[in-house]
Amino acid sequence: MRWGRRSRAVLCAVLAAGAAGCGGGSGGVPVVNLYNAPQENLAVIVERCDREAKGAYRIALNTLPRGADDQREQLVRRLAAGDPGLDVLGLDVTWTAELAEAGWIREWKGAHAEQAAQGTLKQPLETARWHGALYAAPYTTNVQLLWYRSDLMPEPPATWDGLMKESARLAGEGKPHYGEVTGAQYEGLVVWFNSLVESAGGSILSPDGEQVALGPPAERALGVMRAFARSKAADPSLSNTKEDDARLAVEGGRAAYELNWPFVYAAMAADRPEMVKHFKWAPYPGLDGPGRAPLGGANFAVSRFSAHPEAAFAAALCLRDPESQRIAATKDGLPPTIEAVYRAEGMAEAYPMRDAILKALRTAAPRPKTPTYQNVSTVTAVTLSPPAAIDPPRTLATLKELIGDALQSKGVLP
Amino acid sequence: MSEGGIAEGDAREVVSKGRAVLGEGQRAERRLGLWLCAPAALVMLLVAAWPVVYSVLLSFQRYDLRFPGEKAWIGLANYGTVLASPFWWNALGVTLLVTVVSVALELVLGMALALVMYRTLLGRGLVRTVVLIPYGIVTVAAAYGWKYAWTPGTGWLAGLLPEGSAPLTQHWPALGVIILAEVWKTTPFMALLLMAGLALVPEDALRAAAMDGAGPWQRFRLVTLPLMRPAIVAALLFRVLDAFRVFDNIYVLTNGAQDTSSVSVIAYHNLIGGLNLGIGSTMSVLIFGVVALVAFVFVKGLGASAPGEVR
Repeated sequence: MRWGRRSRAVLCAVLAAGAAGCGGGSGGVPVVNLYNAPQENLAVIVERCDREAKGAYRIALNTLPRGADDQREQLVRRLAAGDPGLDVLGLDVTWTAELAEAGWIREWKGAHAEQAAQGTLKQPLETARWHGALYAAPYTTNVQLLWYRSDLMPEPPATWDGLMKESARLAGEGKPHYGEVTGAQYEGLVVWFNSLVESAGGSILSPDGEQVALGPPAERALGVMRAFARSKAADPSLSNTKEDDARLAVEGGRAAYELNWPFVYAAMAADRPEMVKHFKWAPYPGLDGPGRAPLGGANFAVSRFSAHPEAAFAAALCLRDPESQRIAATKDGLPPTIEAVYRAEGMAEAYPMRDAILKALRTAAPRPKTPTYQNVSTVTAVTLSPPAAIDPPRTLATLKELIGDALQSKGVLP
Repeated sequence: MSEGGIAEGDAREVVSKGRAVLGEGQRAERRLGLWLCAPAALVMLLVAAWPVVYSVLLSFQRYDLRFPGEKAWIGLANYGTVLASPFWWNALGVTLLVTVVSVALELVLGMALALVMYRTLLGRGLVRTVVLIPYGIVTVAAAYGWKYAWTPGTGWLAGLLPEGSAPLTQHWPALGVIILAEVWKTTPFMALLLMAGLALVPEDALRAAAMDGAGPWQRFRLVTLPLMRPAIVAALLFRVLDAFRVFDNIYVLTNGAQDTSSVSVIAYHNLIGGLNLGIGSTMSVLIFGVVALVAFVFVKGLGASAPGEVR
């Protein structure tokens, strides 16, 4: 460890010059290194916060890779090495537990925590907690909705059964009848499964994240996934479909509806303006009635190894304050976590579906909270792929075993 | 590759006559030699041996970076976990399949290319340069090229397939694409090694065989191949060890989805993605073991260490 720190210091000295990556008290204005997923107008937000800081700090914006796995990999590698060059980290909502448990991010306390929680929606705030403590400040959130063509499906069904019946009807009439879901072997498949299990009244893990729960609701959920993948609703490329493939299938006129994040609306308005007047949204379907929609989003955390944590907390708070969230929402299509922002200027035009999002957020299903989420998610996606091959009792047994191993870091990742 | 000029005449004599005949001056010289190469040996030990030893030590521990408080020595439990995991055996199977199929294809194609290049009279330099292009391209860059080529929508190759097919998202087609990318990439290397081997075959022997009435195929099979044997074995050793470590192509093309992880990819996923140093190191140690075994078989069984040696 000591040796590691010294070699880092040497490396920093060698690379010094800009000093951007090495932080340290070199005097002058502290530079807060922000690491975030690519976001087109984040620089606008950063500039605004620099102005607001009035010389208390300066934010250096560093962009992580595009894929969530690649982002996480870069962050955890550098945190595991105790890299002092990271200050504010943009985290996917599923990483909070892992980074908190490993001791790589700082707890939010006192005035900071109060400010982060003030006016923040409950579900997104919950994703920033681990073992009752706050480890990040919610920045953006996201929920999936049912997006459908009202010219084909005037009455959107509230259940998966209803969706399959609608598809069968449309197929009988020789119309586009596919329903797009994220069925490829990746995180999106886990998101779909988790939402079904929660809609059936169950959960993947126990609330403390230590035990596998699953059980009868999970078996029902598996039955629905299998039935859907074998029904008229299933696109032949279901087992390859990710979010963007689903969007393209609807825009291309092949599918009648999709379960997806709200970005599809802006994309439809841009790509197929003639189609958008029939492009409507409805609550995420469930098993016996409306379901619990998948919850997404991103939070800001402060690195344990940051050399100037006070400046980092202040910067993170500015980066997610109402005005920053309004910019992110209206310019980059990222739904805010502060409730009041939904009524802010420009939101009605950028977010015609904002009431539906707010409503869905109240019941949205968070993903399991565990430091080993990465492992749980990977083995779940492998086991559920392809959805048409699911055999509910057998698949459930495999899931229980593999997730149980993953929780104890005993499991092997494929 | 060449065996000439390895040792001076008298040094070889000393070795062959045994140790007893060394004079005082020679012994001092030898001591000095040892001292002179000691720093290099030490550095080698540090950079080559220590990481291996460290991996072995890690493989006996429960060591997950996410649970720093639960670090513990657990003996062989990690080996039990890995060897009981179907994911590991699947990865080993994929690795062996990719190794055997791609090296076999490369040997045949490489031999054909070597023959063409060796006999080319016109534009010899140009032909050799052109053939080497794939080997000169960075593997990761080439892999991205293949990835986009096989992705529906962006790819010229995917466009040739029936509508809606995405070969990289299915097990066997994905494996096929991976093997293809490997073969495309390293056949030139194989051809280059084999061409060096062709130079070992004396023209006289071929002419004599032709005089005796041997056809081209007989000359190739009965004269060229046996004389090239050392070069072929060396080329195979290089390529088998290389192919067994296949990583870049799989990482870019599928990242192990649809059961296409090789042992290197699965070790990477557990070490870097899963942050599980114990399990990941166990896999690294197992990979090291297999590579050592393959090298041993080649060197001892097939005599790859001494190309040109008369057997």
